[in-house]
Amino acid sequence: MTAELAEPASKVELPASVGGGEIPTFNVTLRVRRYNPEVSPEPVWEDFELTMYGTDRVLDALHKIKWEHDGSLSFRRSCAHGVCGSDAMRINGRNRLACKTLLKDLDTKKPILVEPIKGLPVEKDLIVDMEPFFQSYREIMPFLINKGHEPTRERLQSAEERARFDDTTKCILCAACTSSCPVFWTDGQYFGPAAIVNAHRFIFDSRDDAGDMRLEILNDKEGVWRCRTTFNCTEACPRGIQVTQAIAEVKQAILTRRV
Amino acid sequence: MPTKPAGTLYRGREGMWSWVGHRVTGVVIFFFLLVHVLDTSLVRVSPEAYTSVIGAYKNPIMGLGEAGLVAAIVFHAFNGLRIILVDFWKSGPKYQRQLLWGVLGLWVITMVPFLIRHLSIVFSAIPGGH
Repeated sequence: MTAELAEPASKVELPASVGGGEIPTFNVTLRVRRYNPEVSPEPVWEDFELTMYGTDRVLDALHKIKWEHDGSLSFRRSCAHGVCGSDAMRINGRNRLACKTLLKDLDTKKPILVEPIKGLPVEKDLIVDMEPFFQSYREIMPFLINKGHEPTRERLQSAEERARFDDTTKCILCAACTSSCPVFWTDGQYFGPAAIVNAHRFIFDSRDDAGDMRLEILNDKEGVWRCRTTFNCTEACPRGIQVTQAIAEVKQAILTRRV
Repeated sequence: MPTKPAGTLYRGREGMWSWVGHRVTGVVIFFFLLVHVLDTSLVRVSPEAYTSVIGAYKNPIMGLGEAGLVAAIVFHAFNGLRIILVDFWKSGPKYQRQLLWGVLGLWVITMVPFLIRHLSIVFSAIPGGH
């Protein structure tokens, strides 16, 4: 008897005071900015009254609309857990991932405003054309360029060298930063924070040899110098990347290292 | 039930609004400089015309305008130093918000004595005042 193993934690009956009780529900209005060029050339706001749980995210509310109220609502999502970067949208006026924004953290007394991200052409409802965003991303050559002989084993790097660009490896290309940038809204040619973050990731990588080429690309009129340090990108990043800091480091690298 | 079609304003924070303030004060200062270059160049046309134009500025409305102009220049100057620090000081981006509070603090410290001095001169010079 005494040798019997304890139950795994997940199977232990919890008293009601500790948890496992009813999840509280509440009513919330989601005001979604909808656009369908086949119906109207102008976007419209549409309200949806929903009963949601305290554990639900904005994405769950959008799912509920799409699955139970109006199947024509269009939005992107893939992993639904903050990794794929598909569901960046403007929630109550700020760029957020719908899958990382809990409804209970928003003011549910007032309607929750959900809009597509700004500065990219809207295709339908919350779906925007990401092509200009990825065009900038491709231009900074987001891949390792090494001119030396290919080693027979992995390319070694010290922990300090790896830490130098750790912050900018976290990018998931959701476009929350680029589409929060006032410069990008008015000047679609600007590379935008996301492209600069991904350039930073290779410029400061000790294994990469094309840092100078990337600095040259970003020294362009539409490159890092367009940044006006509004910090909207840093505030919008769902991965907590210090985007403006990274842009400032690239600016300094252009001025001090060469060019 | 579709409602009003206008989109929302992006809810940026201190960084975005300081940038908006920098832009607005920059444009204000530009228009002042335009007028300033014109009225100062008048002295080469005719010193009398220059004196009469400058004399026309000596009224309370222009006095308040001057107070606004100095307010704009002081903000633009201190925030400009903040932007330089954000770009070139290693910890600038980390402390940008504290730097903005510093800018606003310095703005108040500069503006309060200036306004006391300036407005007392402007309003004591009103005809009938003295």
